[in-house]
Amino acid sequence: MALPIKYSFRNALVRWRSTIATVLGIGLVVFVFVLLQSLAAGIEKSSGNTGDPRNVMIVRKGSTSESASLISRDNLREIRYFEEIARNEQGEAVISADVLVLVNLPRRDGTEANVLLRGVTARGMELRPQVELVAGRWFRPGMREIVVSAKLARRFANFDVGQSFRTGNSTFTVVGWLDGQGSAFDSECWLDADECRSVFERDMYSSFLARVPDAGAMSNLIARIESDRRFKLKAESEVEYYRSQTMTAAPIRWLGGFLAITMSIGAVFAAMNTMYAAVGARTREIGTLRVLGYRRRSVVIALLLEGAMLALVGGVVGCVAAYQWNGYTTATMGFETFSEIVFQFAVTPPLVAQGLVFAVVVGIMGTLLPAIRASRLPVIEALKAI
Amino acid sequence: MPETVVAIRNLSKIYAQGEIQVTALNDVSLDIEMGEFLTLMGPSGSGKSTLLHIIAGIDRPTSGRCLVQNLDVTGLNESELADWRNQNVGFVFQTFNLIPVLTAFENVELPLLLTQLDRSERRRRVQTALDIVGLADRMHHLPKQLSGGQEQRVAIARALVTDPRLVVADEPTGNLDSHSAQEVLMVLQQLSREAGKTVIMVTHDPKAAAYGSRSIHLEKGELLKDEAVTAR
Ligand SMILES: Nc1ncnc2c1ncn2[C@@H]1O[C@H](COP(=O)(O)OP(=O)(O)O)[C@@H](O)[C@H]1O
Ligand SMILES: [Mg+2]
Repeated sequence: MALPIKYSFRNALVRWRSTIATVLGIGLVVFVFVLLQSLAAGIEKSSGNTGDPRNVMIVRKGSTSESASLISRDNLREIRYFEEIARNEQGEAVISADVLVLVNLPRRDGTEANVLLRGVTARGMELRPQVELVAGRWFRPGMREIVVSAKLARRFANFDVGQSFRTGNSTFTVVGWLDGQGSAFDSECWLDADECRSVFERDMYSSFLARVPDAGAMSNLIARIESDRRFKLKAESEVEYYRSQTMTAAPIRWLGGFLAITMSIGAVFAAMNTMYAAVGARTREIGTLRVLGYRRRSVVIALLLEGAMLALVGGVVGCVAAYQWNGYTTATMGFETFSEIVFQFAVTPPLVAQGLVFAVVVGIMGTLLPAIRASRLPVIEALKAI
Repeated sequence: MPETVVAIRNLSKIYAQGEIQVTALNDVSLDIEMGEFLTLMGPSGSGKSTLLHIIAGIDRPTSGRCLVQNLDVTGLNESELADWRNQNVGFVFQTFNLIPVLTAFENVELPLLLTQLDRSERRRRVQTALDIVGLADRMHHLPKQLSGGQEQRVAIARALVTDPRLVVADEPTGNLDSHSAQEVLMVLQQLSREAGKTVIMVTHDPKAAAYGSRSIHLEKGELLKDEAVTAR
């Protein structure tokens, strides 16, 4: 039978001050781990919750993203007659041809960064109901008006409603702020599609977004476009398209994993050091427990539990620290578009759980050797310890 | 006819330290009867602790046999010994060896957690044991909140809570002032006289030995004198 849990618990707590370095060390590892994962989770969330399951995204074959794709106007003329595409009340095909342009604009802090401008049609706005106007009004075509993402507005100069900025040899006036509800559209600025093409001298479109009436039509449309040799186009569901853009977060996950592993090796040794000292100071106590009839195994389990609890304190510290960043909006350079991508740290419950489990594993690994060594000692030797 | 609780036959313990061999016990034979309060005396290094440890099942002899209640403890493996100690021996140390993070009650309860007894029965037994040593009112105190004498009495309560036949004590008064020592010795004496426990105590204080019913002298691992204590 095992030693009471309170034995491990109180021993962990009684020493927590003296082992504060270990607690903080584990806390730091968990903090870095959870924070980086929450960053990745935030990026994934922003691309993961973008798109409408009834939409099909069409880009040029071989392009990794919408902004790197070029499609001719002829293609649009043909595809809009495909019967797989949904029709509105007027009998028109629900398809929008967008133009994406990367422009370099000054940030509020004086540096510059790329911003993604989307030349969008009225139909394109209907196809993206996620995007809402949160300030000002929508742009009027031909008036050099633009609606910027509210989240970008906090980072870029001249993005307040009423202000204007120059790009593409034109001066645009910001007339409104849009909110993409945590989607990838939070990193975009919208203006009229035709105006966008003329200002930036684009003859080609970047992408088509088409609505389909049902899942069957979706797979038919995708198959039809992909198999037609004339087009050289790639079609996939809009949701799928944005999900594959999630690859952006992979390097951060790798970095997070790498840092977590290297730092946790340090933390394991720190925990081991602490536990060797803690267990060493209690050698006679362990001998006493064994005289009373407790087995080696009970002693090992109690010590592991103690190390795990100590580490858990560190884990909680790390998670609480990381949680301070939850919902904090930040930006990174997109690896696909090289434009500013805004997203929010997402310290999700599974991440917190992972962080805590991680801490406990570090604690147990650090305690294993000291615990085994302590239990190996013959009772008689243990009793003679000072 | 008194019942023999411990029967020691030709017990030897030799420590080999490289070339040199240290004989801690040399061919010791001894019978200890139920209810006896036996004191083991002798100079430092004479083998007292070694003998006590072998009787209590926490050390093994090099040769010879040690039967406790007709069971040869030298033949048990480690986990059998652990169970046997839990059920049959109460151990009192010179340094008390209470667990600092546990209260008096929890310390006394520790050996009972290895038994099948339920919570209320454990509670009853712990209370009885603390009553015997006169510390029922201190059961929620931590060791550091107790005096040395009180700590040692808690340790005695822990030793007797499983109701073992045998209580062994290695210089239990060595770290105590004379008043506390007297309290502890009286409790041990009471255990042998009233509860019929067999008590074996190592000491080198003749005044402490006077509380016992029988005294044994060891020197260089050999049994010298074996005498009944008449006084008191
Ligand atoms: N682990 C050991 N290794 C070597 N010698 C030991 C060991 N334990 C005890 N001894 C020796 O055995 C002898 C008896 O020791 P002990 O029983 O502790 O004596 P006492 O309790 O009478 O002072 C001493 O000479 C001591 O040095
Ligand atoms: Mg000794």
